[in-house]
Amino acid sequence: MAKVSKSPWVLHYDGASCNGCDIEVLACLTPMYDAERFGVINTGDPKHADIFLVTGGINEQCKDVVKQLYEQMPNPKVVVAVGICACTGGVFKETYNILGGVDTVIPVDVYVPGCAARPESIIDGIVKGIAVLDQKREAMKQGKLPELNVEDISEDGKEQASANEAQNAEAETTANAGEESK
Amino acid sequence: MTFFSWPLAIGYLILAPFIGGFFDGLDRKISARMQGRTGPSVFQSFYDVSKLLQKESKMVNHLQQFLVCGFLVFVVFTGVLFFAGADLLMIFFALTLAGIFYVLQASSANAPFSALAVQRELMQMMAYEPMVLLTAVGFYVVTGSFAVREISLADRSAICLMPGFFLGFIFIMIIKLRKSPFDVSTGHHAHQEVVQGLNSDLSGPVMALVEVSHWYENVFLYGVIGLFILNNQLWSVPVALVVCFLVFFLEILIDNVCARVKWQLMFRSTWIFTIIAGVINLLVLILFHLGVK
Amino acid sequence: MSMIGFLILFPFVVAILMALMKKGSLLRRYTLYLGAAIIIVCDIVFAVSTLLNGQELHFLEETHAIDHVILVGEWLLVALVCFYSFKFRKYYCALLSVVQTGAVTWLELTGKTELCPGSAHIMVDHLTIIMCLIVGVVGGLIVLYAMGYMRLYAKHHTDVPDRRSFFFAVLFVFLGAMHGLIFSDNMLWIYFFWEITSVCSFLLIGYSQTEEATNNSFRALWMNLLGGLGFAVAIIYATLQLSTVSLQSLIHIAIGGDEAAALALVPVAFLAFAGLTKSAQMPFSRWLLGAMVAPTPTSALLHSATMVKAGVYLLLRLGPAMTGNQAGLMITLIGGFTFFAASCLAIAQSDGKKVLAYSTISNLGLITACAGIGTQEAIWSGIFLMIFHAVSKSLLFLTVGAIENSTGSRNVEDMHGLIVRLPNLAYVCIVGIMGMFLAPFGMLVAKWAALISFVDSRNVLLMAFLCFGSATTLFYWGKWLCTIIAVSNQTKKIKDKTKKMQWVVLGSLAAGVILLCITFPLISSYVVEPYLADVFETGATNIIGLGNTYLLIMMVCLLLLLPLISRILGGKREVKLDLSYMGGINEGDNRTFTDSFGEAKEMYLSNWYITEWFGEDKMLGKSLILSAAVMVVLLVMIVGGVIL
Repeated sequence: MAKVSKSPWVLHYDGASCNGCDIEVLACLTPMYDAERFGVINTGDPKHADIFLVTGGINEQCKDVVKQLYEQMPNPKVVVAVGICACTGGVFKETYNILGGVDTVIPVDVYVPGCAARPESIIDGIVKGIAVLDQKREAMKQGKLPELNVEDISEDGKEQASANEAQNAEAETTANAGEESK
Repeated sequence: MTFFSWPLAIGYLILAPFIGGFFDGLDRKISARMQGRTGPSVFQSFYDVSKLLQKESKMVNHLQQFLVCGFLVFVVFTGVLFFAGADLLMIFFALTLAGIFYVLQASSANAPFSALAVQRELMQMMAYEPMVLLTAVGFYVVTGSFAVREISLADRSAICLMPGFFLGFIFIMIIKLRKSPFDVSTGHHAHQEVVQGLNSDLSGPVMALVEVSHWYENVFLYGVIGLFILNNQLWSVPVALVVCFLVFFLEILIDNVCARVKWQLMFRSTWIFTIIAGVINLLVLILFHLGVK
Repeated sequence: MSMIGFLILFPFVVAILMALMKKGSLLRRYTLYLGAAIIIVCDIVFAVSTLLNGQELHFLEETHAIDHVILVGEWLLVALVCFYSFKFRKYYCALLSVVQTGAVTWLELTGKTELCPGSAHIMVDHLTIIMCLIVGVVGGLIVLYAMGYMRLYAKHHTDVPDRRSFFFAVLFVFLGAMHGLIFSDNMLWIYFFWEITSVCSFLLIGYSQTEEATNNSFRALWMNLLGGLGFAVAIIYATLQLSTVSLQSLIHIAIGGDEAAALALVPVAFLAFAGLTKSAQMPFSRWLLGAMVAPTPTSALLHSATMVKAGVYLLLRLGPAMTGNQAGLMITLIGGFTFFAASCLAIAQSDGKKVLAYSTISNLGLITACAGIGTQEAIWSGIFLMIFHAVSKSLLFLTVGAIENSTGSRNVEDMHGLIVRLPNLAYVCIVGIMGMFLAPFGMLVAKWAALISFVDSRNVLLMAFLCFGSATTLFYWGKWLCTIIAVSNQTKKIKDKTKKMQWVVLGSLAAGVILLCITFPLISSYVVEPYLADVFETGATNIIGLGNTYLLIMMVCLLLLLPLISRILGGKREVKLDLSYMGGINEGDNRTFTDSFGEAKEMYLSNWYITEWFGEDKMLGKSLILSAAVMVVLLVMIVGGVIL
């Protein structure tokens, strides 16, 4: 029984977002989209969360916060970057205060692009995250879960750039799926 | 005839988590339907708990687990005593002890959100405690006994003489079931100031124990509601079950139509309602020499 | 008999020795230890032997010589009160003292008391034995504790003149007077010892001789002297109208139900009034709060074992005589109201000793209400409340004193995380607090019985007071418990300055709290129920019920087994320690967070005091006026009903 996948509790964190994606994240819980039918609860507490939804880019102010929230989530856990800013830094990427996407500070499992990301794609991102969650749980059971250490991620995120490119492709498919479902 | 005996208590010990969990899920389903949503599966609570059990075990300190176990053990103790037909006052005192363990658990974390919830939870306990004690007193005046077994063997249903107590108990059930508008110490609503209330610094398996404790507690609380209806006739049993279900529905309705309130209003309204419904009902019973003694 | 005489006189002898001894000498310390130990042991031996013999004892029918000695003693007290009154220009105290002692002296010198039929001056029954154990054992332990405490107190308070010999001497006088009070049946004797306790408390409260202490000590004095005046009135009325000076026969007359019973209502009401002042019921509660300025052993002694217990002891004795009459109505109303109001007021206090003071007043209110109901169940619960309260409260007072010695503060806020900083004192404190309000500990059991007796007496107001008062009690104790148990990580332990002898005292009191909740059925069936059977001349009733007793013991066992259960439920899972949730800005030690400037800032978690509702300025005045009005109206009704 894959119970973890039936009860994905979400922690929503707003980095340096313009609040567009945040509105969409909350919209997922409204009757229109009703993410709770998948068992999703917006917990507001990292200690209860399985999925870390981050919107907006990461700046110096929120860098440590994101790291700490991630560390406080008990394993198995999944990070979903919602919106293009969270994926890569978006239009703010080159500004002096933005470090880049979420993956500059913590490992990201699913990328959901869009500006703002549509509720459909966000839900798709969560569902995709659930699949990753299941894999991680299996790995954890066998004691194979790699110790994900935040410190391993480089401070400036430059080294992650190549990895980002590869994963962005995956994110595109997610977004497309979102479009289709609509 | 009475069902309150040790076999029922053992039944409670084994089945209460399943019943409580199922009704917890049903609660979420009905709430979702009231809001025009599909909602999760009725078994969602079981999924949640089994997930929590599979998660990594993380705690702020080692005392937390001990105190959460205290909560679970004494909630179960309370319920077992109730369904075994023991003394109602004793049962409520045991429930208070359990509640204190739950509060202590959060306070031991020494964290801002937990600490906030601790003070608010204590405030809630102060708000509902008078009505709980008065309910026990009311049963005693009406049936001449504090023993659950004897109360359930009365000739007439207790509710005939204690409608005020019944309403008062439903009122404080809103707090005990952690429903809005009186959920000042908990947060199952997205984005509000107390985060996850008393559970803010719990996670994984320990959190699962808390959830199971709540199931046990809820089944016990609906048991008290049923006690208002039960008498020595067999037909009272289905009636009691129906009333329990109606109250269950009513509590969900209240949760969904009421916005959250501030603690001042919660405290004042609960005490005032306790006086209006409970104390005045008691006064009537005593003045007109109703009841057994 | 010789044993009783020894118990009364021995503390006075030790007191004289203490007063004569040199400051800080080793001899003084061991004399004190020895004296207190002898009192404790003798009280236990006396209680056990009397219980085994199993009969009431009456002594001293004719006692002219001793009566005269007591009369001289009373005038010595008057002289002492006058001396201090004139010194500090509080003349009203002198006036009160002279008037009441003058009246009683007149009564005795004109031979009015001679006309009363002879009865025993000294009497021992089961209630006396219980009081004897409370006064001797708890009081003795407090005196033992006082030695170590006062050494540190003198060190910390260099501005206060070191008058420790005097202090210890007064403590022993206090114990002697309490023994005298509980063994006497002659009201004149009780009155004498009553006055000694009033004056002793005055001397103890004023120990530090600061302005605040002096004012508070005079407040305690005049309130207690007012009670003494009530006592004197009761004696005079009983002598002149009913020709009796024996408390027992007064109660018998009051229960009698004939014309004399109606007359007896007046002295009973005035004695109850005296009991109200001594047990610090509203409107007289302020003297007990003022007593907080004294060193902690004083507070512990006044609050838990002696002074206030003298008041409720008298009320419990009078209980049967107050059933269903106006005196009973006055006592239940004031007691019930005090229970509720004082527990509300305790919510707004952060000073540990003040919380304890309000909780004392509140609990005494409950005992008072039980006495006012006066039925068999009510007296049962009143006696148990008294026993449990004495042990738990003395434990708490002494613990708070020890905490203050180690941390320099007795504020509840400063006890945050005590379980990490001073673990041993924290455990003791937790036992004490749980003993005060949680099942399965004693206070709650007694409160439970009290609730049942209130229901049986069909007093709706009292039931409401108890239900609401229990809720507020839960709030302030819960708050305190939560503060202590907060595990603040990486906090250093503080050096525990508690002396070995103090630990012996704290340990035995804590053990007492736990033992009492297991052994209370035994105490009930061997001591309390025989007493009730004597007084009410009916068979003993089991109030809590045997089944519930087992359940309570089961609860104790569950509590003790909890660590094991916790281990089983926890399984073999590896537990990782995690930071507490602070919105992601925990600095890594659970105690500091990152502020908006990116700098570390200390977190401070405070308790909730709700002063806008329960503050002293909001509630105290109104409560005092209300209770004073109730008392005056009922007293006038009682006196008017008899005289007119």
